[in-house]
Amino acid sequence: MPDSDARPIVSIRDMHKSFGHVEVLKGISMDVPKGGVVCIIGPSGSGKSTLLRCINALVPIDSGSIRVANFDVHSLTTDKERLALRREVSIVFQQYNLFPHKTALENVMMAPIYVLKEPRDEVRARAIALLKKVGLAAKQDAYPGELSGGQQQRVAIARSLAMRPEVMLFDEVTAALDPETVKEVLNTIRELAAEGMTCMLVTHEMRFARELADTVYFTDGGVIVESGPPAVLFDQPKADRTRAFLSQIL
Amino acid sequence: MNSMHAIDHSPGSTDLPVLLPAAACMARRVAAERRAGSPRLSLRAEHGAVLLAVFVIGCGIAEAQAGADNPSILATLWKWTPLLARGFVFNLAISFVAMAVGTAFGLLLGFAQLSLLRPVKRAAWLTTHFFRNAPWLVLLFYCMFLLPFQITVFGVTIPLPDWVKATLGLALPVMANVAEILRGAMQSIPTAQWESAASLAFSRRQTLWMIILPQCLKRMLPPWMNLYAILTMSTVLASIVGVNEMMTLTRQALSAENRPGLLLSFYSYVLLWFFVYCYPIARWTVRLEARFAVNV
Amino acid sequence: MQFIWDWFRWLYQTTGINLTIFYDSFDRHRFTDGFLMTLKLSLICIVLSVLIGVVGAWLQGSKLRVTRHVLHWYIQFFRNTPPLVQLYFFYFGVGSLLRSSLGTGNQPLVSNVTWAIISLSFFAGAFNVEIFRSGVEAVPKTTLEAAESLGFSRLRAYALIVLPLAFRISLPALNNNLVNLVKTTTLAYAIAVPEMLYVSSQIWSDELNVPVMMNVLLVCYFGLVGVLVYVMHRWERAIKVPGFGA
Repeated sequence: MPDSDARPIVSIRDMHKSFGHVEVLKGISMDVPKGGVVCIIGPSGSGKSTLLRCINALVPIDSGSIRVANFDVHSLTTDKERLALRREVSIVFQQYNLFPHKTALENVMMAPIYVLKEPRDEVRARAIALLKKVGLAAKQDAYPGELSGGQQQRVAIARSLAMRPEVMLFDEVTAALDPETVKEVLNTIRELAAEGMTCMLVTHEMRFARELADTVYFTDGGVIVESGPPAVLFDQPKADRTRAFLSQIL
Repeated sequence: MNSMHAIDHSPGSTDLPVLLPAAACMARRVAAERRAGSPRLSLRAEHGAVLLAVFVIGCGIAEAQAGADNPSILATLWKWTPLLARGFVFNLAISFVAMAVGTAFGLLLGFAQLSLLRPVKRAAWLTTHFFRNAPWLVLLFYCMFLLPFQITVFGVTIPLPDWVKATLGLALPVMANVAEILRGAMQSIPTAQWESAASLAFSRRQTLWMIILPQCLKRMLPPWMNLYAILTMSTVLASIVGVNEMMTLTRQALSAENRPGLLLSFYSYVLLWFFVYCYPIARWTVRLEARFAVNV
Repeated sequence: MQFIWDWFRWLYQTTGINLTIFYDSFDRHRFTDGFLMTLKLSLICIVLSVLIGVVGAWLQGSKLRVTRHVLHWYIQFFRNTPPLVQLYFFYFGVGSLLRSSLGTGNQPLVSNVTWAIISLSFFAGAFNVEIFRSGVEAVPKTTLEAAESLGFSRLRAYALIVLPLAFRISLPALNNNLVNLVKTTTLAYAIAVPEMLYVSSQIWSDELNVPVMMNVLLVCYFGLVGVLVYVMHRWERAIKVPGFGA
């Protein structure tokens, strides 16, 4: 593990979450060190996306605790506190969710200008640099509707990065993409990880998870069934459920 | 080693119900009409052509019925045109003011429906539905008879002539429908946009003003314009309560001439005026709708 | 009942809220008649317009070109002109034409109530034709083929499969239209049909209780339309097939 800080930047203890009568998360605990890359895998409907949304306080949790950087996510009560947290943790969605009425560049610039209240010129320079970094310098004036899925997703990543977050959450960011464009998005994430960004990914790209992750978590039925370094989890899974899942998709 | 695309939900088939394209299309239109509070006007060039034909036939009949001592029908129409035109300007004035006032209050009402305060939300909802369910004519009567002929604000006396009262009467249903159009547009914005904005630390107010409303404007424009066209056609209702608009003046002109043969030519003439005014609006609405349907 | 009427008389004497429609038997009958007239207009027009819609939608599939053209123009006329103009057209235009051609003098052959019913039914019927037609069209051809391949006769396939589906698709649009129709019955005022708005105006000019009657009127219409909207939406939800139609 690179850069093993004494304290993990994300620390989750016995987290529970229900929607109505359905309990989707039944006691999740995990630690992510600063600069670590964590992949969460598991069958559809095992609560992986909800887990990420809880970390970003988009969804309130029922019990347990989540600590991110200096925030106790589970006890944030006001909108102001939640907003402060979201400056540290950014999420990229499966469906990109770009703002369709703004150009790529404006999408990246909006949050720093209006939320962080940073000067426009500075933000603009940084946004252009970010778009260049994700390989879309030429598309800065295009509207989301004019971009391919992969391009939109890279703009979404740049948009999140513009907030200079400590942690990036990726929620199945390649699931809605054509196979050809998956690669360009994965390359972008790979670069980020190499630069030392703390990343948490929910993904179905097993090869990518194996290559990039420090730790892989396998979740099923709202619990973490098994976790460990990719080499161990993929090659010598201990639990039957993990083996069954892996044999199904590999 | 492959990804799980095949097993996982693809974006096209997440949790939408299985819909027949035609039925879905109809359901969308019905929802839009329910929001707008009125069916969509579908004026086409051929309607104008037929109206013109009816007008010509009407003139022909009138000419045939007229004796030698009567002036020609066209001369009669021409004689009355300045007066009718003044009436038409009145109709337009009523439609402009009613639309402006109705839109302003409608937006307020729509925003109030979004309020996080329950009483405000409930009151706004009730107001909207009350005025949506009341017939236009009844609201018109309401304002005509209940508003005073003048009001005094801070010592300044403002007269309220009949046409102003009629305008306010028409503004009430416009208000309710605009509120509903706004609410519908808001609902049509995917919740993912709210979520996405929240994840970037936008506050609720910022999300509303910078992300959601700008996207609503485009969607609101076609139903809003349709509402305007319908309002313009409804301004003739003011004739029932005695405002001197085009319909009232037409009736006066007809009774002054006292020739039953003029009926068809005069009324089709009036309709032509309205058609010429509403047709471009209706066409533009359809064009905008088609364009947004592709883009959004 | 008497104590209710007395209570309203007492209400007038103490608060000045003059609800003559309760304590004055003449006004009460007038208003009740007006209310019933509005109900009658609404119900008859609803039934007739639905009939027009069904027959029209059926005729639109006619092989005769003339029939289709007549229907087309009927729909276009009633969809795109203000209903008030249509009412005047029937009452003043067609009505006077009938009178002069039949030579009945000033004795109208057709009463104003009948003209209102005819005009409003045709108005709402024009929309219903389109609604029912698009409902049937929205059922895919393959559904009919599937039914026929299972040995249903064409008639039975329509009766058992196509029409029930088409009806479910059409119902929300039909509801919009019928609610609109009930609101439009107020226009009958313009040709002196003694419906609720008309009798109310008579009452307030006799009793000079305009504000009170105005509010009564507004509440009555709100209630009437509200009940219709509620019932129709309940019906919509009750017959909705899960996963079919939005």
